[in-house]
Amino acid sequence: MTSNQYDAIIIGGGHNGLVAGAYLARAGKKVVVLERRPIVGGAAVTEEIFPGFKFTEFSYVVSLLRPEIIRDLELPKHGLKILPLPSTFTPMENGDYLAAWDDHDLTRRELYRHSPKDAEAYDEYARVMARAAKAIKPIINLIPPDPSSMTPRDLMGLLKVGQYAASLSEKELYAVAKLATQSSADLLEEWFEFDALKGTKAASGIIGTYLGPRSPGTAYVLLHHYMGEIDGAFRAWGFAKNGSGGVSGAIYNATQALGVEVRVNASVQQVKVKGGRAVGVILENGDELDSKVVMSAADPKRTFLQFVEGKHLPDDFVTSIQNFRTRGSSGKVNIALSKLPNFTALPYTGNGANSVLHRGAVSISPSIDYIERAYDDAKYGQISKRPYLDMIFPSMIDPDMAPPGHHVMSCFVQYAPYDLEGGWTDQRRDELGEAVIATIEQYAPNIRECIVGMQVISPKDIERIAGITGGNIFHGELLLHQIFFLRPTPQWADFRTPLKGYYFGASGAHPGGGVMGAPGMLAAKEMLKDGF
Amino acid sequence: MLNLKTTPFHERTSALCQPQNWRKWAGYFAAGSYEHTLDREYWAIRNAAALIDVSPLIKYVIKGKDAAALLHRVTTRDIHKMKVGQVAYTGWCDEEGKLIDDGTVSRLEEQTFRLTAAEPNLRWLTMNAVGMDVSITEVTDEVAALSFQGPNTRKVLNKVTEKPVDELKYFRMMTNKIHGAEVTISRTGYTGDLGYEIWMDAKNALNVWDALMDAGSDYGITPVGILAMDMARVEAGLFMLDVDYTSSSHAWIESQKSSPFELGLDWTIALDKPGYFVGRRALEKEKREGPAWKMVGLEVDWVGMEQLFGKVGLPPQIPGSAVRGSLPIFVGNVQVGYASTSTWSPVLKRYIALAHLQKPYYEAGTDVRMEITVEHHRRHAPAKVVKLPFYEPEWKKK
Repeated sequence: MTSNQYDAIIIGGGHNGLVAGAYLARAGKKVVVLERRPIVGGAAVTEEIFPGFKFTEFSYVVSLLRPEIIRDLELPKHGLKILPLPSTFTPMENGDYLAAWDDHDLTRRELYRHSPKDAEAYDEYARVMARAAKAIKPIINLIPPDPSSMTPRDLMGLLKVGQYAASLSEKELYAVAKLATQSSADLLEEWFEFDALKGTKAASGIIGTYLGPRSPGTAYVLLHHYMGEIDGAFRAWGFAKNGSGGVSGAIYNATQALGVEVRVNASVQQVKVKGGRAVGVILENGDELDSKVVMSAADPKRTFLQFVEGKHLPDDFVTSIQNFRTRGSSGKVNIALSKLPNFTALPYTGNGANSVLHRGAVSISPSIDYIERAYDDAKYGQISKRPYLDMIFPSMIDPDMAPPGHHVMSCFVQYAPYDLEGGWTDQRRDELGEAVIATIEQYAPNIRECIVGMQVISPKDIERIAGITGGNIFHGELLLHQIFFLRPTPQWADFRTPLKGYYFGASGAHPGGGVMGAPGMLAAKEMLKDGF
Repeated sequence: MLNLKTTPFHERTSALCQPQNWRKWAGYFAAGSYEHTLDREYWAIRNAAALIDVSPLIKYVIKGKDAAALLHRVTTRDIHKMKVGQVAYTGWCDEEGKLIDDGTVSRLEEQTFRLTAAEPNLRWLTMNAVGMDVSITEVTDEVAALSFQGPNTRKVLNKVTEKPVDELKYFRMMTNKIHGAEVTISRTGYTGDLGYEIWMDAKNALNVWDALMDAGSDYGITPVGILAMDMARVEAGLFMLDVDYTSSSHAWIESQKSSPFELGLDWTIALDKPGYFVGRRALEKEKREGPAWKMVGLEVDWVGMEQLFGKVGLPPQIPGSAVRGSLPIFVGNVQVGYASTSTWSPVLKRYIALAHLQKPYYEAGTDVRMEITVEHHRRHAPAKVVKLPFYEPEWKKK
């Protein structure tokens, strides 16, 4: 009989919840992680939807997973392998392609084919972005100070940010200021002329937002994606062995080695509050668990509007959480393949086992206009007729993802608005799948004959299955008014909440989403600082 | 593109390259060496005729009414003084007077220049050409280039060229023909020996290669890779981008940048030339104040090396090619600089290095110590600061 008395309860067994649990257990705390679903991982799961075909259902690439988490939790020992994703192919409407490689010379030579000017600007752009990322990165590692607070901790934090900003050169400061305010289209058009390059770059500025490449603020998102590239070993996007579930699996194994209790099928109904403090949780099955502190790794809306009764939180706080933008804008189509689709831009021979195109990402982003048009549909509640797609073939990176001779394909699709006009139905979901297949078909005409199974995931499904309100892959868009000391809401960006003993450490917290693990780790460290 | 480019000579070079030690050079495959050891290739540079494929050098043709004005503005040389047929070695700087890249400018015609560079500079040139009547075209792929270096090269060239090259002076160029193919020949190189660089349309590359190999067979002509050239260029005191200095446009931090004064390019900085040029103000200031660092030559004391290795019972262990790793330089126990390239000099029988030293240690004659590894232990080998170049044969400029 397990006792229901803990030092800490973590709500949510996604990667952030597991990371937080591991860090607390490392500090000697008795911890339980409660997961609603029968499996852990949250939005970082791998499931066998069709027999033999493994899908990383939601998130599918890793670049931002914090290296210190990997070291602290000894994740390689627990099975973590991040495999390289060495290229990105952008097939073009005229039958040509643009390839970007992890080799600098190769990329320059390829770009040169399309635009000598861009081939050079690319290097300089990359340096400016990397410098700006380097400039901003230390801020990510800070606990966000509250600029309106006079407590010594916040003042020290602000001082650090201030000192840091002062250490930047004037040029770097301007670059950062510009990045914070521009649209990704404006930024890219300052640098480049080649459409497929601009389109592909712009795409990373809109991922997970409900914005188009011409919307101001998207340049920052571009920068956010550069963060992962400046950590020596983590220069590029990678694909975890066994998919994103492989990341969660390794973290789960670490929690087990550290003695964390992980309960699945344990859906939390409410946080118990006594004397103005969170003191435990009540599960949907009626079980009660007691603890000294509670941390939520669920999205901000569930964390504050569902798990906690409104009377325990200040009105303005509740209002600002209600206003937190969690508009899901993307979906996912996971396809089981009998063979690899053949792209006309770079056809493969034989069974495609040596195809370089399929070893990397394939991006359907022929131009900024293409993506902006896709956004135009979404702006008024429609599925993009011709969506932006980011596709990988996990079985070409990790052969264990599909039966021999077969393949799996993962298509991230944007835009698929959460608030679809008329609402999401099975029929509308099929429509999303069809838009994706019809789009791929333009570049790989044999796609339909390769398909043996298909799973279409709308933002509604992300909400339903992974439990993320609004189905936003980052638990809340990475908009300028939703980052740093404003994430999730002003004055409460330090993982603490207005309810004593209740902490918040998920993608909706600073520094944000992606399979990064930083919110979980930073929240755990703050909890330990407060003592319990 | 699914692989790097090959040069117009690849059909020949790939058949000859025994060790298959291809190196990446500006997005091309370049032969590291043609034999498994470098000795014969090195000595071809110093004693016979070395044929080196330098096609990956980045080349621009700058043409138009304002071509001279653009180069005058961008580089540190007085371009307006250049005559047609003249070649000038130059660096170019950013506004802070820090070196971006270096190469040669050839005045092909009154309004046509060829600029070579280690890195792509099209963007920089274009940014500086706003409002000018000038076209800038990269011709790296279209123009094949051979560096033909060594004391016998003149004799070999005279056998194949339409016009003799005897009158071609150091840092001058001429148009000529080799077996009917139009070429330009400049008396330039990267080895500090007598030598020429031959520029031709890529489609004539194999003909020219074959003609030279044929005519040179009695003069010791030898295909030479970039590893042997690397040893020769250190002896000649010539530095290399990304090895001996970092382009100011690549540097992450200020201290990685270098001024042309630091690199000993004083003679290329025409502060007396009229009008604005990029970096002028910063360079004038540095000229007044003197550079804080200087790149100089170091001769490592052989007896000192013998003693260090002797202590563990070994003769001095010398790497077989130039070493591009940074080695700390000390005076007493204080680090005063670093060597960026070091190599054994087969002709001088000395271990030499290009070193970056702080003021005042860069004065010739200063005794310093260079860190070396003796049987996995760090040791300090005595060395002396010397003037560059280490080696300059009398026939180089004759």
